[in-house]
Amino acid sequence: MAVISYREALRAAMREELKRDDKVVIMGEEVAQFNGAYKVTEGLLKEFGPKRIVDTPISEAGFIGLGIGASMLGIRPVMELMFWSFSYVAFDQIVNNAGNIRYMSGGLINCPIVIRGPANGGTNVGATHSHTPEAILASHPGIKVVCPATPYDAKGLMKAAIRDNDPVYVMENTILYNDKGEVPDEDYIVPLGVADVKRVGTDLTIVAHGRAVITSLKAAEILEKEHGVSVEVVDLRSIRPLDEETILASVRKTHRALLVEENKPFCGVDAQVAYLIQSKAFDELDAPIHRVSSIDAPQIYCKRMEDLQMPNVERVVAEALKVLA
Amino acid sequence: MAKPAVLTHPESLKRPAGPSEYAKDPVNASLSKAEKIALYTKMARIRHFEQRCIRIYQQGKIGGFLHLYVGQEAVAAGTISLLGKHDHIITGYRDHGHGLMVGMGMNECMAELTGRVTGCSQGKGGSMHYFAPDKNYWGGHGIVGGQAPLGTGLAYAVKYLGLKGSCLAYMGDGAVNQGAVHEAYNLASLWDLPVIFVVENNGYSMGTSQERSTAHPGCLAKRAEGYNMAWDVINGHDVYEVRAKTAIALKRAHEESKPTVLEIFTYRYFGHSMADPDKTYRDKEEIKEYREKKDPVLAFEQELLREKVLTPELSLQINEAAMAEADKAAVFADESPDPTVADITKHIYWEEDNRGPKTTSRGTIIFE
Ligand SMILES: Cc1ncc(C[n+]2csc(CCOP(=O)(O)OP(=O)(O)O)c2C)c(N)n1
Ligand SMILES: [Mg+2]
Repeated sequence: MAVISYREALRAAMREELKRDDKVVIMGEEVAQFNGAYKVTEGLLKEFGPKRIVDTPISEAGFIGLGIGASMLGIRPVMELMFWSFSYVAFDQIVNNAGNIRYMSGGLINCPIVIRGPANGGTNVGATHSHTPEAILASHPGIKVVCPATPYDAKGLMKAAIRDNDPVYVMENTILYNDKGEVPDEDYIVPLGVADVKRVGTDLTIVAHGRAVITSLKAAEILEKEHGVSVEVVDLRSIRPLDEETILASVRKTHRALLVEENKPFCGVDAQVAYLIQSKAFDELDAPIHRVSSIDAPQIYCKRMEDLQMPNVERVVAEALKVLA
Repeated sequence: MAKPAVLTHPESLKRPAGPSEYAKDPVNASLSKAEKIALYTKMARIRHFEQRCIRIYQQGKIGGFLHLYVGQEAVAAGTISLLGKHDHIITGYRDHGHGLMVGMGMNECMAELTGRVTGCSQGKGGSMHYFAPDKNYWGGHGIVGGQAPLGTGLAYAVKYLGLKGSCLAYMGDGAVNQGAVHEAYNLASLWDLPVIFVVENNGYSMGTSQERSTAHPGCLAKRAEGYNMAWDVINGHDVYEVRAKTAIALKRAHEESKPTVLEIFTYRYFGHSMADPDKTYRDKEEIKEYREKKDPVLAFEQELLREKVLTPELSLQINEAAMAEADKAAVFADESPDPTVADITKHIYWEEDNRGPKTTSRGTIIFE
């Protein structure tokens, strides 16, 4: 086991898949010569050359659409969006074309494309650059969405995404890029649609994804130390397919649920998770389900306020205590 | 280091700054001494504001992205100095220079960068999202190319309202590859809209030199021909030339309600943003050459010294005053308060901010 960063884990996944399958191509703005805006693809041009690692113009609709087309003929494109916020100029390609082609062709065509890049707030860059579109995209059948929270999951999910035969959208987080964690040396994948219990507990289930998992784990420690509460943290990892069983099993054990996400609350991922729990485990609940999400407004620029707008440890602890009250 | 990118700016536009061929152009010859000094002062203010920002960023008081306009001053200064009551502007995220040119104060600009409630957008927009609609400045847009259709729409509104005006929609050389820009070009030409697309070609989009990103028939402006639009190329190191050629496009907008694409060759001295180490895609020598031989602020200073409009003493005074103004703005930004948590949910909907007896909706539009 090596200890590597989330960024290195993503890069290692791409490197290994580039080596394993010569149909894998990396494409995006600044991914090659500049080594990636966030250095995720650093060194790949040098190692694999310009046929495999391709810089694009600032034409997201064009190059993402091109990747979708190429994937229909067997290429396995891994497209970088500098930010998922920029996916909005390519929305038609990402949703209509990648998401529907298999269905509309009656299963004749499939679209093994990966689109990846950071999707997070918390970096003081204002509303246009802070979108978290996992809920919007996962609401479209035909599309898969994953949000790794740790280096282990980042590598395993990225490899699974590249090998998957459907469009998989990997949402990373710039704030996690430097986080370190243990990652096996041997080949492994984290299957899509399998959640992970990141902390075992008995009194309360926290369901989270992405960086909200890290925040929730810190909150769980405080709840344990200062309030004597045993919290279980379920990391969704994959938004669609959604691992219903792991969520429900945890709720059946703790009988209380707090849902944490960095999205805005309206139509968020956790609106869906809350529905799931009440529909399939209503009788198990000893308290109403609570949620912590970003304050319902476009992302504010001011860093001090942005930190309060987003779920933070204090807010998670406070809300957990309400569920436990 | 990667091999230095080949310069794409036409050779003729790289000649050392000398007396401007455009000094005698009517739009420049008609300027009074005071107007020329004011124009120079504005360029100097942009330069010193931006340089002050670097320090504040390095002190950690500005976070996020900070895209500087140093080297490009003559573009905003030349174009905006021509505008009248019904002329509007809109640009991308490299928006400080335009803001100062339309008359925004250094205080509100600086306070926005540090996220203060006294900032032009009350700490909600940041560096990339300046706005001053009272000064016909419609932003400040973070998504590359997104402002081009908006600028076209502002021009549409000007025309619809029967006003003799225009909109200048600025973008970078990388932005010309966004689909939205092409759709805007077509609409502007198809509907005869008084919009001027100003392509500020500084040679690079982030770490990508222009020839690595863009297929074009000789220059970016010439793409206009495909849309049956007028176009021109401009040496953006010469503020007189910027004015002279922009004036022609403005006349076209005002009198014929027709669009133009102007490609203005310019150069940025610093990295794409403060986050760009600027080590992989261009040579230090290249930056030095532009700084030393083609600096737009120095070139205009020299021009005005030759014209005996400026004296070295006056120039020094102007520059010192601009630096002092920037210093004061930094203090203002430091001493200003942050927005509050309650401010986070203000300004989302007009309806929410204006609830009253006439509000008919019972719906909840902001969620907890
Ligand atoms: C749709 C979209 N894609 C990518 C980006 C990231 N980005 C911001 S600026 C930039 C380069 C733009 O270069 P150019 O248009 O030449 O303008 P300059 O920065 O040189 O002024 C990129 C890729 C973005 N903001 N929006
Ligand atoms: Mg540029």
